[in-house]
Amino acid sequence: MLTETLPVANAPDALPATQPIELTINGQKRQFRLAPWTTLLDALREYANLTGTKKGCDHGQCGACTVLIDGKRVNSCLTLAVMHEDHAITTIEGLADSATGQFHPLQQAFIDHDAFQCGYCTPGQICSAVGMLNEGKVENKADQIRELMSGNLCRCGAYPHIVDAIQEVMKKER
Amino acid sequence: MIGKPISRVDGPEKVTGQAKYAAEFNVPDLTYGVVVSSTITKGTITRIDTTKALALEGVLEVFTHKNRPKTAWFDMSYKDQDSPPGSPFRPLHDDQVKYNGQPIALVVADTFEVARYAATLIEVDYDAEPCETDLLKHLHEARDPESGVANVFKPLPPKPRGNSAAAYANAPVSMSARYIHGMQHHNPMEMFATTVEYGRNGKLTIYDKTQGATNSQLYVTQAFNLSFDQVRVVSPYVGGGFGSGLRPQYQLFLAVMAARALKRSVRVSLTRQQMWSFGHRPATVQNIRLAADSDGKLAAVEHEAIAETSQFEDYTETVVNWTGKLYDCPNSTLSYKLKSLDMYSPLDMRAPGGVTGVHAIECAIDELAYKAGIDPLDFRFKNYSEKDWTEKDKPYSSKELRACFTQGAERFGWSNRTPEPRSMRRGHTLIGWGMATGIWDASQVPARAEAVLTVNGKLRVSSATADIGTGTYTIMTQIAAELLGMPLENVIFRLGDTDMPLAPIQGGSWTAATVGSAVKVTCEALAKKLFKLARKMPGSPLAGADFDDVFFASSHIRLRRDPSLSVSLQAIVDQNGGRAISETGTSLPNVLKQKDYSRSAHAAAFVEVEVDEDFGTVVVTRAVSAVAAGRILNPKTARSQIIGGMVWGISSALQEESIMDHRYGRYMNHNLAEYHIPVCADVRDLDVIFVEEVDDIVNPLGVKGVGEVGLVAMPAAIANAVFHATGKRIHDLPIQLDKLL
Ligand code: FES
Ligand code: FES
Repeated sequence: MLTETLPVANAPDALPATQPIELTINGQKRQFRLAPWTTLLDALREYANLTGTKKGCDHGQCGACTVLIDGKRVNSCLTLAVMHEDHAITTIEGLADSATGQFHPLQQAFIDHDAFQCGYCTPGQICSAVGMLNEGKVENKADQIRELMSGNLCRCGAYPHIVDAIQEVMKKER
Repeated sequence: MIGKPISRVDGPEKVTGQAKYAAEFNVPDLTYGVVVSSTITKGTITRIDTTKALALEGVLEVFTHKNRPKTAWFDMSYKDQDSPPGSPFRPLHDDQVKYNGQPIALVVADTFEVARYAATLIEVDYDAEPCETDLLKHLHEARDPESGVANVFKPLPPKPRGNSAAAYANAPVSMSARYIHGMQHHNPMEMFATTVEYGRNGKLTIYDKTQGATNSQLYVTQAFNLSFDQVRVVSPYVGGGFGSGLRPQYQLFLAVMAARALKRSVRVSLTRQQMWSFGHRPATVQNIRLAADSDGKLAAVEHEAIAETSQFEDYTETVVNWTGKLYDCPNSTLSYKLKSLDMYSPLDMRAPGGVTGVHAIECAIDELAYKAGIDPLDFRFKNYSEKDWTEKDKPYSSKELRACFTQGAERFGWSNRTPEPRSMRRGHTLIGWGMATGIWDASQVPARAEAVLTVNGKLRVSSATADIGTGTYTIMTQIAAELLGMPLENVIFRLGDTDMPLAPIQGGSWTAATVGSAVKVTCEALAKKLFKLARKMPGSPLAGADFDDVFFASSHIRLRRDPSLSVSLQAIVDQNGGRAISETGTSLPNVLKQKDYSRSAHAAAFVEVEVDEDFGTVVVTRAVSAVAAGRILNPKTARSQIIGGMVWGISSALQEESIMDHRYGRYMNHNLAEYHIPVCADVRDLDVIFVEEVDDIVNPLGVKGVGEVGLVAMPAAIANAVFHATGKRIHDLPIQLDKLL
């Protein structure tokens, strides 16, 4: 007869207290009280009510949670909210032009090219594409885009249209 | 409107992050549930200690089999619209563990952070028993499946005909092979989640990840003995399903149970690892023997499949019947068997059975064509079936597969292929070209819809169906706009809410036909009602006209003989005392018309692979799918469906497999880093052709669903291309480099 116990490693009886933090999200300063081990992803989704950023794995394996931190693409599930008090965080909700409400060119191109089906990976794909363009390493070549967009999984398989959408935006921005 | 490449009407919400999925309804005073999963596969829980978790500040309750509230007694109460025969799994039912990863506790706390931590503090002891999870070890114990209602849509094999064994023995050309694929998991990008909002008088509003809000509602009302008006299920957006949402998953049960016990709103989201703790595409072993006469006509066909199921339900798929539909051979034996193992019941996964069976038969046909010295495409023309012997020799309601072959081959450049394996190269890499046939059901079931002309002259249409990325929102909007002659921006289609008229689960590629027909009959009924009202209006230019004398265009009802004579839809509602005008309708399949025909969508896939001989790596460099699926309502969204299916084909052929350590009955790669699915770099040049196909039998719209047919042909086409490149017949999927080295 086998017996198995779930291992519980030196579990503390009480948890550290929550603490006040301030984040700058989409140009707005916002205050929260969070447990220090709250991920940026959970802070956005559960505390800031910005659910456009998606959770697809919580382990840095899918890219659904991609946001821009000071313009760089980051998996928000792999970083803690408390680490970003001094940074500018941009989520999918903040990509459209705040004055005119006009979509970011990538948002429009994704619609035009049908670059998604269920839409769940889409905010991450778009933020990742914005980050990729900011990196400035990519010429408008499909191979290169495919390689540099491979951190964002799409189970619906919209990849060919995602590449088309990005290429169109790059062509226009030339 | 119908047939135009309209951009998805839900696009703006999806690209701005406004589309809300099940775990994103942030209702007030929400609590969070985290599931604890079993670490053994079979046995008894002897101790489960929740003290430490309960002592933590913020933890509200820990539910286990010992303290769970009472739920319904009979098995019947846990059945859903997609239940196979057997006894459905009941979460936290008792101390028995039936599979690895089974939910054994739910920790509920004020915050997700606390609940997740508390879940690690639950201590569990088990009496583990040896488990059996390896299908290959138990093939000799396979048995006939129990049949049930599920087999209406998933027929079991027909009786054999002719004498396949004798024909096989006497034919000049023959082949035999065994094909195996392992387990696969759906893994939509959105994890399963349910948010239960606990309302006044205990009324539940449930935001659930499901392919059928009505299915979740049925399940909850029965399992918890609640009336329909106490349970509303809402599911406007679903982050992919692929079949995984056809049955209510256990987080729904747990979230409802906790919400009722605590009288609080509760959200339960599964982790990515827990996405391996319910249904999967079952591992399946297939044996095929084929023979042909000297002119390449099939003389014998034998196709046997053995699949796994759980110990508690007989999940079945239609695996071998496709062979009979595609190849009308006088000597055919088809069989399908099951073996129960210590795992969760398998679950329909995109083109269930079709991907499995067609992979095997289409690889076998390629092999036989080679043995007969005939081009694989010519071989298929020679053996083209005009009728379906698995359905009493009925003719097809429509079958433009020939056109798929011709147009696909043309676009791909098939005639430039040199037939000998290893005969095509690009520098150091081997090039292979392969092709295969695809087929999928074209079903229709009953559904209801409502259409309302609102006071401000807009059209609002609804049905409790789903859009799992399929384009339902868009195509229904198009159908409604066309029928009432209104611009798209004045038409809104809503779905995914049990307060709307009844629709079935979204599966089997039947939504376009099913809900589309309901929207059609409902809008037609509304059109008639509007016409009657318009005719009665004072001084109406339509007075004295019949319905056949008018048409609907630019938001007006117009006379055919003089379109300038018209009544605007806005004027009709205005005349109606400022009240909206509505109509509900039900569409039923026209069984009398359909019953004499076999109804399927068809496809042909042509694929080029590059194989690196030193590394054994395979890349699909380009592929063309030619699809015959009746009328295409929206070529833009339909193309995405087919491309998605093709990507799934690449995945199934080359990448994905859930690997189990059979000593423990446990998945070893249950995460997205180790369970490989294609990334952007794996997907190159994919092309789609929709061939013209007219079908007035399948349903009033003449449509056949396109969610699954694009996948079916791909795995075999890829395997055949790998053979052409390397000279190696790889019968088992996925074809990874170890098989080629
Ligand atoms: S959720 Fe962050 S990478 Fe998957
Ligand atoms: S659109 Fe569904 S996962 Fe990418």
